[in-house]
Amino acid sequence: MSANQVALAYLVASVLFILALKGLSSPVSARRGNMFGIAGMAIAVITTLLITKSWTLMIAGIVVGGTIGAVVARRVQMTQMPELVAAMHSLVGMAAVLIAIAVVHNPAGFGIPDPLPRGNKLELFIGTFVGAITFSGSIIAFGKLAGLGKHFRLFSSAPVVFKGQHWVNLALAVVMIVFGLLFFFAGQDGQWHPFLIMTAIAFVLGILIIIPIGGADMPVVISMLNSYSGWAAAGIGFSLNNTMLIIAGSLVGSSGAILSYIMCKAMNRSFFSVILGGFGAAEGAAAADGQQKSVRSGSAEDAAFLMANAESVIIVPGYGLAVARAQHAVKEMAQTLIEKGVQVRYAIHPVAGRMPGHMNVLLAEAEVPYDQVFEMEDINSEFGTTDVALILGANDVVNPAAKTPGSPIFGMPILEAFKARTVIVNKRSMAAGYAGLDNELFYMEKTMMVFGDAKKVVEDIVKALA
Amino acid sequence: MTGHIDPTLIDLTVFVLAVFVGYHVIWNVTPALHTPLMSVTNAISSVIIVGAILAAGAEVADFGAIIGGVAVGLAAVNVFGGFLVTQRMLQMFKKKAAPKEAKREG
Repeated sequence: MSANQVALAYLVASVLFILALKGLSSPVSARRGNMFGIAGMAIAVITTLLITKSWTLMIAGIVVGGTIGAVVARRVQMTQMPELVAAMHSLVGMAAVLIAIAVVHNPAGFGIPDPLPRGNKLELFIGTFVGAITFSGSIIAFGKLAGLGKHFRLFSSAPVVFKGQHWVNLALAVVMIVFGLLFFFAGQDGQWHPFLIMTAIAFVLGILIIIPIGGADMPVVISMLNSYSGWAAAGIGFSLNNTMLIIAGSLVGSSGAILSYIMCKAMNRSFFSVILGGFGAAEGAAAADGQQKSVRSGSAEDAAFLMANAESVIIVPGYGLAVARAQHAVKEMAQTLIEKGVQVRYAIHPVAGRMPGHMNVLLAEAEVPYDQVFEMEDINSEFGTTDVALILGANDVVNPAAKTPGSPIFGMPILEAFKARTVIVNKRSMAAGYAGLDNELFYMEKTMMVFGDAKKVVEDIVKALA
Repeated sequence: MTGHIDPTLIDLTVFVLAVFVGYHVIWNVTPALHTPLMSVTNAISSVIIVGAILAAGAEVADFGAIIGGVAVGLAAVNVFGGFLVTQRMLQMFKKKAAPKEAKREG
Protein backbone atom coordinates (compact mmCIF):
# COMPACT_ATOMS: atom_id res chain seq x y z
CA MET A 1 0.00 0.00 0.00
CA SER A 2 1.32 3.43 -0.82
CA ALA A 3 1.40 6.28 1.65
CA ASN A 4 -1.29 8.06 -0.35
CA GLN A 5 -3.63 5.10 -0.24
CA VAL A 6 -3.15 4.86 3.49
CA ALA A 7 -3.87 8.57 3.87
CA LEU A 8 -7.07 8.20 1.85
CA ALA A 9 -8.24 5.27 3.94
CA TYR A 10 -7.53 7.24 7.12
CA LEU A 11 -9.53 10.16 5.70
CA VAL A 12 -12.53 7.89 5.12
CA ALA A 13 -12.19 6.59 8.68
CA SER A 14 -12.04 10.16 10.03
CA VAL A 15 -15.23 11.12 8.21
CA LEU A 16 -16.96 8.03 9.58
CA PHE A 17 -15.96 9.03 13.12
CA ILE A 18 -17.48 12.48 12.59
CA LEU A 19 -20.67 10.88 11.28
CA ALA A 20 -20.77 8.60 14.31
CA LEU A 21 -20.92 11.61 16.60
CA LYS A 22 -23.42 13.43 14.39
CA GLY A 23 -25.71 10.43 14.77
CA LEU A 24 -26.05 11.14 18.46
CA SER A 25 -28.32 14.11 17.79
CA SER A 26 -31.29 11.79 18.34
CA PRO A 27 -31.89 8.21 19.51
CA VAL A 28 -33.23 7.34 16.06
CA SER A 29 -30.04 8.19 14.15
CA ALA A 30 -27.73 7.17 16.98
CA ARG A 31 -27.62 3.44 16.33
CA ARG A 32 -26.70 3.97 12.70
CA GLY A 33 -24.07 6.46 13.85
CA ASN A 34 -22.47 3.84 16.08
CA MET A 35 -22.23 1.52 13.07
CA PHE A 36 -20.40 4.27 11.17
CA GLY A 37 -17.95 4.54 14.05
CA ILE A 38 -17.34 0.80 14.00
CA ALA A 39 -16.80 0.89 10.23
CA GLY A 40 -14.33 3.76 10.58
CA MET A 41 -12.41 1.89 13.24
CA ALA A 42 -12.32 -1.27 11.11
CA ILE A 43 -10.92 0.65 8.14
CA ALA A 44 -8.31 2.33 10.32
CA VAL A 45 -7.13 -0.91 11.91
CA ILE A 46 -7.12 -3.01 8.74
CA THR A 47 -5.26 -0.33 6.78
CA THR A 48 -2.61 -0.15 9.48
CA LEU A 49 -2.29 -3.93 9.66
CA LEU A 50 -1.64 -3.98 5.92
CA ILE A 51 1.36 -1.71 6.27
CA THR A 52 3.07 -3.46 9.17
CA LYS A 53 5.42 -6.36 8.78
CA SER A 54 4.96 -8.63 11.74
CA TRP A 55 1.45 -9.45 12.92
CA THR A 56 2.04 -11.75 15.89
CA LEU A 57 2.13 -9.28 18.76
CA MET A 58 -0.72 -7.28 17.33
CA ILE A 59 -3.09 -10.15 16.83
CA ALA A 60 -2.32 -11.33 20.35
CA GLY A 61 -3.07 -7.86 21.71
CA ILE A 62 -6.29 -7.48 19.72
CA VAL A 63 -7.59 -10.90 20.69
CA VAL A 64 -6.85 -10.58 24.40
CA GLY A 65 -7.90 -6.95 24.68
CA GLY A 66 -10.91 -7.35 22.46
CA THR A 67 -12.23 -10.30 24.43
CA ILE A 68 -11.88 -8.48 27.73
CA GLY A 69 -13.61 -5.44 26.26
CA ALA A 70 -16.47 -7.45 24.80
CA VAL A 71 -17.09 -9.39 28.02
CA VAL A 72 -17.08 -6.25 30.14
CA ALA A 73 -19.43 -4.48 27.72
CA ARG A 74 -21.91 -7.35 27.95
CA ARG A 75 -21.81 -7.69 31.70
CA VAL A 76 -21.52 -4.17 33.07
CA GLN A 77 -24.58 -2.83 34.86
CA MET A 78 -25.84 0.57 33.78
CA THR A 79 -25.42 1.79 37.34
CA GLN A 80 -21.69 1.07 36.93
CA MET A 81 -21.26 3.14 33.77
CA PRO A 82 -19.42 6.02 35.48
CA GLU A 83 -16.70 3.75 36.83
CA LEU A 84 -16.47 1.82 33.55
CA VAL A 85 -15.94 5.01 31.57
CA ALA A 86 -13.28 6.16 34.06
CA ALA A 87 -11.46 2.84 33.77
CA MET A 88 -11.55 3.01 29.98
CA HIS A 89 -10.07 6.49 29.94
CA SER A 90 -7.10 5.16 31.90
CA LEU A 91 -6.40 2.61 29.18
CA VAL A 92 -6.22 5.25 26.46
CA GLY A 93 -3.90 7.32 28.65
CA MET A 94 -1.56 4.41 29.23
CA ALA A 95 -1.64 3.41 25.55
CA ALA A 96 -0.55 6.96 24.64
CA VAL A 97 2.34 6.81 27.12
CA LEU A 98 3.49 3.41 25.86
CA ILE A 99 3.38 4.52 22.24
CA ALA A 100 5.37 7.65 23.07
CA ILE A 101 7.98 5.52 24.82
CA ALA A 102 8.16 3.25 21.78
CA VAL A 103 8.66 6.28 19.53
CA VAL A 104 11.48 7.70 21.65
CA HIS A 105 13.04 4.24 21.77
CA ASN A 106 13.02 3.71 18.02
CA PRO A 107 11.88 6.71 15.95
CA ALA A 108 12.94 5.14 12.68
CA GLY A 109 10.35 2.39 13.14
CA PHE A 110 7.68 5.07 12.76
CA GLY A 111 9.28 6.85 9.86
CA ILE A 112 10.56 9.63 12.08
CA PRO A 113 14.13 10.92 11.69
CA ASP A 114 16.61 9.80 14.31
CA PRO A 115 17.83 11.84 16.28
CA LEU A 116 14.35 13.15 17.08
CA PRO A 117 13.61 16.59 15.70
CA ARG A 118 12.66 19.21 18.27
CA GLY A 119 9.12 19.52 16.96
CA ASN A 120 8.47 15.82 17.49
CA LYS A 121 9.94 16.00 20.96
CA LEU A 122 7.52 18.73 21.95
CA GLU A 123 4.62 16.70 20.63
CA LEU A 124 5.85 13.58 22.43
CA PHE A 125 6.20 15.56 25.65
CA ILE A 126 2.59 16.70 25.39
CA GLY A 127 1.23 13.31 24.38
CA THR A 128 3.06 11.59 27.24
CA PHE A 129 2.27 13.90 30.08
CA VAL A 130 -1.38 14.26 29.14
CA GLY A 131 -1.59 10.49 28.71
CA ALA A 132 0.08 9.79 32.05
CA ILE A 133 -2.13 12.24 33.94
CA THR A 134 -5.17 10.75 32.22
CA PHE A 135 -4.08 7.26 33.25
CA SER A 136 -3.45 7.77 36.94
CA GLY A 137 -6.18 10.38 37.36
CA SER A 138 -8.71 8.02 35.81
CA ILE A 139 -7.64 5.18 38.10
CA ILE A 140 -8.37 7.41 41.10
CA ALA A 141 -11.68 8.48 39.56
CA PHE A 142 -12.55 4.82 39.03
CA GLY A 143 -11.76 4.00 42.64
CA LYS A 144 -13.87 6.89 43.93
CA LEU A 145 -16.84 6.00 41.74
CA ALA A 146 -16.67 2.28 42.46
CA GLY A 147 -16.72 3.06 46.17
CA LEU A 148 -13.38 1.39 46.80
CA GLY A 149 -12.57 3.93 49.51
CA LYS A 150 -12.58 1.34 52.25
CA HIS A 151 -9.83 -0.66 50.58
CA PHE A 152 -7.51 2.16 49.73
CA ARG A 153 -7.65 5.62 51.21
CA LEU A 154 -6.89 7.43 47.99
CA PHE A 155 -10.08 5.99 46.50
CA SER A 156 -12.27 7.58 49.12
CA SER A 157 -15.15 9.53 47.64
CA ALA A 158 -14.60 12.21 50.25
CA PRO A 159 -11.93 14.70 49.24
CA VAL A 160 -8.42 13.69 50.28
CA VAL A 161 -6.70 16.92 51.20
CA PHE A 162 -3.46 17.79 52.89
CA LYS A 163 -1.81 21.06 53.80
CA GLY A 164 0.08 22.83 51.07
CA GLN A 165 -1.44 20.52 48.52
CA HIS A 166 -1.71 23.08 45.77
CA TRP A 167 1.90 24.18 46.25
CA VAL A 168 3.08 20.59 46.02
CA ASN A 169 1.17 20.11 42.78
CA LEU A 170 2.53 23.35 41.36
CA ALA A 171 6.09 22.44 42.33
CA LEU A 172 5.75 19.01 40.75
CA ALA A 173 4.35 20.52 37.57
CA VAL A 174 7.32 22.86 37.37
CA VAL A 175 9.78 20.02 37.94
CA MET A 176 8.04 18.00 35.25
CA ILE A 177 8.36 20.87 32.79
CA VAL A 178 12.06 21.20 33.68
CA PHE A 179 12.62 17.57 32.79
CA GLY A 180 10.56 18.11 29.68
CA LEU A 181 12.93 20.90 28.69
CA LEU A 182 15.93 18.68 29.43
CA PHE A 183 14.43 16.09 27.13
CA PHE A 184 13.76 18.76 24.51
CA PHE A 185 17.30 20.12 24.42
CA ALA A 186 19.16 16.86 24.97
CA GLY A 187 21.14 15.11 22.30
CA GLN A 188 20.37 11.56 21.34
CA ASP A 189 22.21 10.09 24.35
CA GLY A 190 20.83 12.30 27.08
CA GLN A 191 17.16 12.25 26.18
CA TRP A 192 16.00 8.93 27.60
CA HIS A 193 16.33 9.65 31.33
CA PRO A 194 14.66 13.06 31.38
CA PHE A 195 11.83 11.59 29.33
CA LEU A 196 11.20 8.73 31.74
CA ILE A 197 11.45 10.92 34.83
CA MET A 198 9.07 13.44 33.31
CA THR A 199 6.59 10.65 32.62
CA ALA A 200 6.88 9.30 36.17
CA ILE A 201 6.17 12.75 37.61
CA ALA A 202 3.16 13.10 35.34
CA PHE A 203 1.74 9.84 36.76
CA VAL A 204 2.09 11.18 40.28
CA LEU A 205 0.50 14.49 39.32
CA GLY A 206 -2.48 12.66 37.89
CA ILE A 207 -3.13 11.07 41.27
CA LEU A 208 -2.62 14.30 43.17
CA ILE A 209 -4.98 16.41 41.14
CA ILE A 210 -7.90 14.02 41.39
CA ILE A 211 -7.78 12.92 45.03
CA PRO A 212 -9.05 16.24 46.47
CA ILE A 213 -12.23 16.14 44.41
CA GLY A 214 -15.39 14.86 46.07
CA GLY A 215 -17.77 12.20 44.80
CA ALA A 216 -20.57 14.41 43.54
CA ASP A 217 -18.20 16.50 41.44
CA MET A 218 -17.34 13.37 39.49
CA PRO A 219 -19.46 14.32 36.43
CA VAL A 220 -17.04 17.19 35.80
CA VAL A 221 -13.96 15.08 36.53
CA ILE A 222 -14.89 12.24 34.21
CA SER A 223 -15.75 14.69 31.45
CA MET A 224 -12.41 16.39 31.98
CA LEU A 225 -10.53 13.09 31.82
CA ASN A 226 -12.55 12.17 28.72
CA SER A 227 -11.26 15.39 27.18
CA TYR A 228 -7.66 14.69 28.23
CA SER A 229 -7.73 11.23 26.70
CA GLY A 230 -8.68 12.89 23.44
CA TRP A 231 -5.87 15.42 23.62
CA ALA A 232 -3.41 12.62 24.45
CA ALA A 233 -4.47 10.84 21.26
CA ALA A 234 -4.15 14.06 19.27
CA GLY A 235 -0.68 14.63 20.73
CA ILE A 236 0.39 11.18 19.56
CA GLY A 237 -1.18 12.03 16.21
CA PHE A 238 1.12 15.04 15.93
CA SER A 239 4.15 12.93 16.86
CA LEU A 240 3.32 10.30 14.28
CA ASN A 241 2.17 12.81 11.68
CA ASN A 242 -1.17 10.99 11.56
CA THR A 243 -4.07 13.29 10.70
CA MET A 244 -6.67 10.65 11.57
CA LEU A 245 -5.38 10.48 15.16
CA ILE A 246 -5.38 14.27 15.31
CA ILE A 247 -8.98 14.45 14.07
CA ALA A 248 -10.27 11.65 16.29
CA GLY A 249 -8.37 13.01 19.30
CA SER A 250 -9.68 16.54 18.74
CA LEU A 251 -13.28 15.34 18.42
CA VAL A 252 -12.98 13.52 21.72
CA GLY A 253 -11.07 16.35 23.39
CA SER A 254 -13.74 18.87 22.38
CA SER A 255 -16.50 16.53 23.48
CA GLY A 256 -15.08 16.14 26.97
CA ALA A 257 -14.44 19.86 27.26
CA ILE A 258 -18.01 20.72 26.27
CA LEU A 259 -19.44 18.16 28.68
CA SER A 260 -17.27 19.60 31.48
CA TYR A 261 -18.57 23.07 30.67
CA ILE A 262 -22.19 21.89 30.69
CA MET A 263 -21.69 20.15 34.01
CA CYS A 264 -20.07 23.21 35.59
CA LYS A 265 -22.85 25.51 34.32
CA ALA A 266 -25.43 23.13 35.75
CA MET A 267 -23.78 23.32 39.17
CA ASN A 268 -23.07 27.02 38.78
CA ARG A 269 -19.50 26.46 39.79
CA SER A 270 -16.40 27.43 37.94
CA PHE A 271 -14.30 24.64 36.48
CA PHE A 272 -11.33 25.73 38.57
CA SER A 273 -13.16 25.64 41.85
CA VAL A 274 -14.23 22.06 41.09
CA ILE A 275 -10.73 20.96 40.09
CA LEU A 276 -9.13 22.59 43.08
CA GLY A 277 -11.56 20.70 45.31
CA GLY A 278 -13.24 23.86 46.54
CA PHE A 279 -16.60 22.55 47.63
CA GLY A 280 -15.49 19.59 49.67
CA ALA A 281 -13.92 21.76 52.32
CA ALA A 282 -17.11 23.70 52.97
CA GLU A 283 -19.12 20.55 53.60
CA GLY A 284 -18.61 20.28 57.35
CA ALA A 285 -19.32 23.93 58.09
CA ALA A 286 -22.74 24.20 56.49
CA ALA A 287 -24.16 20.93 57.79
CA ALA A 288 -23.63 21.97 61.40
CA ASP A 289 -26.34 24.60 60.95
CA GLY A 290 -29.17 22.02 61.18
CA GLN A 291 -31.83 23.33 63.53
CA GLN A 292 -34.56 20.97 64.58
CA LYS A 293 -37.28 21.95 62.11
CA SER A 294 -40.12 19.54 61.60
CA VAL A 295 -41.07 17.75 58.44
CA ARG A 296 -44.32 16.08 57.45
CA SER A 297 -43.64 12.43 56.94
CA GLY A 298 -45.82 9.76 55.43
CA SER A 299 -45.87 6.20 54.21
CA ALA A 300 -45.68 4.62 50.78
CA GLU A 301 -49.44 4.08 50.93
CA ASP A 302 -50.00 7.81 51.49
CA ALA A 303 -47.81 8.55 48.48
CA ALA A 304 -49.68 6.03 46.37
CA PHE A 305 -53.00 7.60 47.32
CA LEU A 306 -51.81 11.10 46.42
CA MET A 307 -50.48 10.05 43.06
CA ALA A 308 -53.38 7.83 42.09
CA ASN A 309 -55.72 10.78 42.59
CA ALA A 310 -53.54 13.23 40.69
CA GLU A 311 -53.94 14.18 37.06
CA SER A 312 -50.27 14.78 36.49
CA VAL A 313 -47.09 13.57 38.14
CA ILE A 314 -43.50 14.54 37.47
CA ILE A 315 -40.83 12.19 38.77
CA VAL A 316 -37.42 13.66 39.63
CA PRO A 317 -34.79 10.89 39.78
CA GLY A 318 -31.45 11.42 41.47
CA TYR A 319 -28.34 9.55 42.49
CA GLY A 320 -30.26 7.83 45.28
CA LEU A 321 -32.30 6.02 42.67
CA ALA A 322 -29.18 4.75 40.97
CA VAL A 323 -27.67 3.55 44.23
CA ALA A 324 -30.86 1.72 45.19
CA ARG A 325 -31.15 0.21 41.68
CA ALA A 326 -34.77 1.27 41.74
CA GLN A 327 -35.23 2.19 38.09
CA HIS A 328 -37.25 -0.90 37.17
CA ALA A 329 -39.58 -0.47 40.13
CA VAL A 330 -40.07 3.16 39.15
CA LYS A 331 -41.02 2.14 35.62
CA GLU A 332 -43.59 -0.29 37.02
CA MET A 333 -45.02 2.40 39.26
CA ALA A 334 -45.24 4.84 36.37
CA GLN A 335 -46.89 2.22 34.20
CA THR A 336 -49.54 1.56 36.87
CA LEU A 337 -50.22 5.28 37.21
CA ILE A 338 -50.52 5.71 33.44
CA GLU A 339 -53.04 2.90 33.30
CA LYS A 340 -55.06 4.78 35.90
CA GLY A 341 -55.08 7.80 33.59
CA VAL A 342 -52.37 9.84 35.32
CA GLN A 343 -49.93 11.75 33.14
CA VAL A 344 -46.39 10.75 34.13
CA ARG A 345 -43.23 12.57 33.09
CA TYR A 346 -39.63 12.51 34.26
CA ALA A 347 -37.50 15.60 34.89
CA ILE A 348 -33.75 15.22 34.53
CA HIS A 349 -31.28 17.74 35.91
CA PRO A 350 -27.99 17.82 33.98
CA VAL A 351 -25.92 16.80 37.00
CA ALA A 352 -28.25 14.18 38.41
CA GLY A 353 -26.25 11.01 38.88
CA ARG A 354 -22.49 10.62 38.64
CA MET A 355 -22.01 11.28 34.93
CA PRO A 356 -23.71 13.29 32.16
CA GLY A 357 -26.82 11.55 30.89
CA HIS A 358 -26.64 8.87 33.59
CA MET A 359 -30.29 9.10 34.63
CA ASN A 360 -31.44 8.89 31.01
CA VAL A 361 -29.59 5.63 30.50
CA LEU A 362 -30.92 4.14 33.75
CA LEU A 363 -34.46 5.00 32.74
CA ALA A 364 -33.91 3.68 29.22
CA GLU A 365 -32.62 0.44 30.71
CA ALA A 366 -35.86 0.18 32.68
CA GLU A 367 -37.67 0.60 29.36
CA VAL A 368 -39.06 4.00 30.15
CA PRO A 369 -39.97 5.47 26.75
CA TYR A 370 -37.68 8.40 26.10
CA ASP A 371 -40.50 10.69 25.07
CA GLN A 372 -41.62 10.70 28.72
CA VAL A 373 -38.20 11.96 29.80
CA PHE A 374 -37.50 15.67 29.74
CA GLU A 375 -34.46 17.85 30.30
CA MET A 376 -34.59 20.64 32.85
CA GLU A 377 -35.08 23.51 30.37
CA ASP A 378 -38.04 21.78 28.77
CA ILE A 379 -39.93 20.77 31.88
CA ASN A 380 -39.27 23.49 34.45
CA SER A 381 -42.23 25.57 33.32
CA GLU A 382 -44.53 22.55 33.75
CA PHE A 383 -44.11 22.11 37.49
CA GLY A 384 -46.51 24.96 38.23
CA THR A 385 -49.39 23.08 36.59
CA THR A 386 -48.46 19.65 37.96
CA ASP A 387 -50.30 17.99 40.83
CA VAL A 388 -47.51 15.88 42.29
CA ALA A 389 -43.73 16.11 42.09
CA LEU A 390 -42.10 12.87 43.27
CA ILE A 391 -38.47 13.33 44.25
CA LEU A 392 -36.52 10.06 44.29
CA GLY A 393 -33.05 10.34 45.75
CA ALA A 394 -32.42 13.84 44.40
CA ASN A 395 -31.51 16.64 46.76
CA ASP A 396 -29.51 19.72 45.81
CA VAL A 397 -31.00 19.81 42.32
CA VAL A 398 -34.44 20.61 43.75
CA ASN A 399 -33.35 22.88 46.60
CA PRO A 400 -35.13 26.24 46.35
CA ALA A 401 -32.26 27.77 48.37
CA ALA A 402 -30.53 28.12 45.02
CA LYS A 403 -32.83 31.06 44.38
CA THR A 404 -31.78 32.84 47.57
CA PRO A 405 -28.84 35.21 47.33
CA GLY A 406 -26.25 34.37 49.94
CA SER A 407 -26.87 30.63 49.84
CA PRO A 408 -23.81 28.52 48.95
CA ILE A 409 -25.67 27.10 45.98
CA PHE A 410 -27.17 30.40 44.85
CA GLY A 411 -27.35 30.67 41.10
CA MET A 412 -27.31 26.95 40.42
CA PRO A 413 -30.09 26.08 38.00
CA ILE A 414 -32.59 23.80 39.73
CA LEU A 415 -35.64 21.79 38.90
CA GLU A 416 -38.53 23.88 40.20
CA ALA A 417 -40.30 21.02 41.91
CA PHE A 418 -41.32 23.36 44.72
CA LYS A 419 -43.89 24.87 42.34
CA ALA A 420 -45.91 21.65 42.11
CA ARG A 421 -49.13 21.47 44.13
CA THR A 422 -47.85 18.60 46.25
CA VAL A 423 -44.30 17.37 46.71
CA ILE A 424 -43.37 13.86 47.82
CA VAL A 425 -39.72 13.31 48.73
CA ASN A 426 -38.11 9.91 49.19
CA LYS A 427 -34.78 9.76 51.04
CA ARG A 428 -33.17 7.27 53.34
CA SER A 429 -32.84 9.82 56.13
CA MET A 430 -32.63 13.54 56.81
CA ALA A 431 -28.86 13.53 56.20
CA ALA A 432 -27.65 16.50 54.16
CA GLY A 433 -26.80 16.10 50.49
CA TYR A 434 -23.42 16.75 48.92
CA ALA A 435 -23.58 20.50 49.33
CA GLY A 436 -24.09 19.98 53.07
CA LEU A 437 -27.12 22.23 52.98
CA ASP A 438 -30.53 21.87 54.45
CA ASN A 439 -33.06 21.51 51.67
CA GLU A 440 -35.87 24.04 52.18
CA LEU A 441 -38.13 21.93 50.00
CA PHE A 442 -38.37 19.30 52.75
CA TYR A 443 -39.85 21.75 55.25
CA MET A 444 -42.56 23.21 53.04
CA GLU A 445 -46.23 22.77 53.97
CA LYS A 446 -47.02 20.93 50.79
CA THR A 447 -44.14 18.46 51.11
CA MET A 448 -44.46 14.95 52.46
CA MET A 449 -41.33 12.96 53.22
CA VAL A 450 -41.34 9.21 52.71
CA PHE A 451 -38.24 7.75 54.33
CA GLY A 452 -36.65 4.50 53.26
CA ASP A 453 -34.62 2.85 50.56
CA ALA A 454 -35.85 4.04 47.15
CA LYS A 455 -36.41 0.57 45.74
CA LYS A 456 -38.36 -0.67 48.78
CA VAL A 457 -40.47 2.46 48.95
CA VAL A 458 -41.32 2.43 45.25
CA GLU A 459 -42.19 -1.27 45.38
CA ASP A 460 -44.47 -0.55 48.33
CA ILE A 461 -46.12 2.20 46.32
CA VAL A 462 -46.71 -0.20 43.45
CA LYS A 463 -48.36 -2.68 45.84
CA ALA A 464 -50.52 0.07 47.29
CA LEU A 465 -51.60 1.22 43.84
CA ALA A 466 -52.77 -2.23 42.79
CA MET B 1 8.01 32.42 0.09
CA THR B 2 10.80 29.89 0.58
CA GLY B 3 10.95 26.18 1.28
CA HIS B 4 8.27 23.50 1.65
CA ILE B 5 5.54 23.59 4.27
CA ASP B 6 6.51 21.74 7.44
CA PRO B 7 4.16 18.76 7.91
CA THR B 8 3.54 19.98 11.45
CA LEU B 9 1.79 23.03 10.06
CA ILE B 10 -0.49 20.84 8.00
CA ASP B 11 -1.20 18.84 11.17
CA LEU B 12 -1.93 22.09 12.94
CA THR B 13 -4.39 23.12 10.22
CA VAL B 14 -6.18 19.79 10.53
CA PHE B 15 -6.20 20.15 14.33
CA VAL B 16 -7.78 23.58 14.27
CA LEU B 17 -10.45 22.52 11.80
CA ALA B 18 -11.14 19.34 13.77
CA VAL B 19 -11.70 21.33 16.95
CA PHE B 20 -14.23 23.55 15.17
CA VAL B 21 -16.02 20.52 13.74
CA GLY B 22 -15.96 18.84 17.14
CA TYR B 23 -17.45 21.91 18.81
CA HIS B 24 -20.41 22.04 16.45
CA VAL B 25 -21.07 18.33 16.27
CA ILE B 26 -20.98 17.82 20.05
CA TRP B 27 -23.28 20.74 20.86
CA ASN B 28 -25.84 19.02 18.65
CA VAL B 29 -25.82 15.85 20.71
CA THR B 30 -29.04 15.53 22.69
CA PRO B 31 -28.44 15.57 26.48
CA ALA B 32 -30.31 12.29 26.84
CA LEU B 33 -27.47 10.60 24.97
CA HIS B 34 -24.56 12.11 26.89
CA THR B 35 -23.59 8.80 28.46
CA PRO B 36 -23.40 6.93 25.12
CA LEU B 37 -21.48 10.00 23.88
CA MET B 38 -18.84 9.38 26.52
CA SER B 39 -18.55 5.70 25.73
CA VAL B 40 -18.39 6.22 21.97
CA THR B 41 -15.81 9.01 22.23
CA ASN B 42 -13.81 6.63 24.37
CA ALA B 43 -13.95 4.06 21.61
CA ILE B 44 -12.99 6.65 18.99
CA SER B 45 -10.03 7.93 21.00
CA SER B 46 -8.83 4.31 21.04
CA VAL B 47 -8.01 4.69 17.36
CA ILE B 48 -4.66 5.35 18.99
CA ILE B 49 -4.41 1.58 18.52
CA VAL B 50 -3.09 2.46 15.09
CA GLY B 51 0.05 3.97 16.64
CA ALA B 52 0.37 0.91 18.85
CA ILE B 53 0.10 -1.42 15.87
CA LEU B 54 2.91 0.45 14.13
CA ALA B 55 5.04 0.00 17.24
CA ALA B 56 4.16 -3.67 17.68
CA GLY B 57 4.66 -4.45 14.02
CA ALA B 58 8.41 -4.06 13.96
CA GLU B 59 10.22 -6.99 12.42
CA VAL B 60 12.26 -7.68 15.52
CA ALA B 61 10.31 -8.27 18.74
CA ASP B 62 12.35 -5.75 20.72
CA PHE B 63 11.42 -3.61 23.72
CA GLY B 64 9.50 -1.14 21.58
CA ALA B 65 7.53 -3.89 19.89
CA ILE B 66 6.58 -5.53 23.16
CA ILE B 67 5.28 -2.36 24.77
CA GLY B 68 3.54 -1.68 21.48
CA GLY B 69 1.83 -5.03 21.84
CA VAL B 70 0.70 -4.15 25.35
CA ALA B 71 -0.61 -0.83 24.07
CA VAL B 72 -2.52 -2.68 21.34
CA GLY B 73 -4.13 -4.84 24.01
CA LEU B 74 -5.13 -1.85 26.14
CA ALA B 75 -6.56 0.06 23.20
CA ALA B 76 -8.36 -3.05 21.95
CA VAL B 77 -10.26 -3.31 25.26
CA ASN B 78 -11.62 0.18 24.61
CA VAL B 79 -12.32 -0.38 20.93
CA PHE B 80 -14.44 -3.46 21.48
CA GLY B 81 -15.76 -2.46 24.89
CA GLY B 82 -16.53 1.11 23.88
CA PHE B 83 -18.52 0.41 20.73
CA LEU B 84 -20.30 -2.61 22.21
CA VAL B 85 -21.39 -0.87 25.40
CA THR B 86 -22.54 2.12 23.33
CA GLN B 87 -24.58 -0.16 21.13
CA ARG B 88 -26.07 -1.86 24.16
CA MET B 89 -27.14 1.49 25.60
CA LEU B 90 -28.54 2.84 22.36
CA GLN B 91 -30.70 -0.24 21.95
CA MET B 92 -32.41 0.62 25.22
CA PHE B 93 -33.81 3.95 24.03
CA LYS B 94 -37.34 3.34 22.83
CA LYS B 95 -40.34 5.52 22.18
CA LYS B 96 -43.76 4.95 23.70
CA ALA B 97 -45.29 3.13 20.73
CA ALA B 98 -43.11 0.03 20.85
CA PRO B 99 -43.70 -1.18 24.44
CA LYS B 100 -47.46 -0.47 24.22
CA GLU B 101 -47.89 -2.51 21.05
CA ALA B 102 -45.89 -5.33 22.58
CA LYS B 103 -48.24 -5.32 25.56
CA ARG B 104 -51.36 -5.48 23.43
CA GLU B 105 -50.02 -8.37 21.43
CA GLY B 106 -48.68 -10.20 24.50
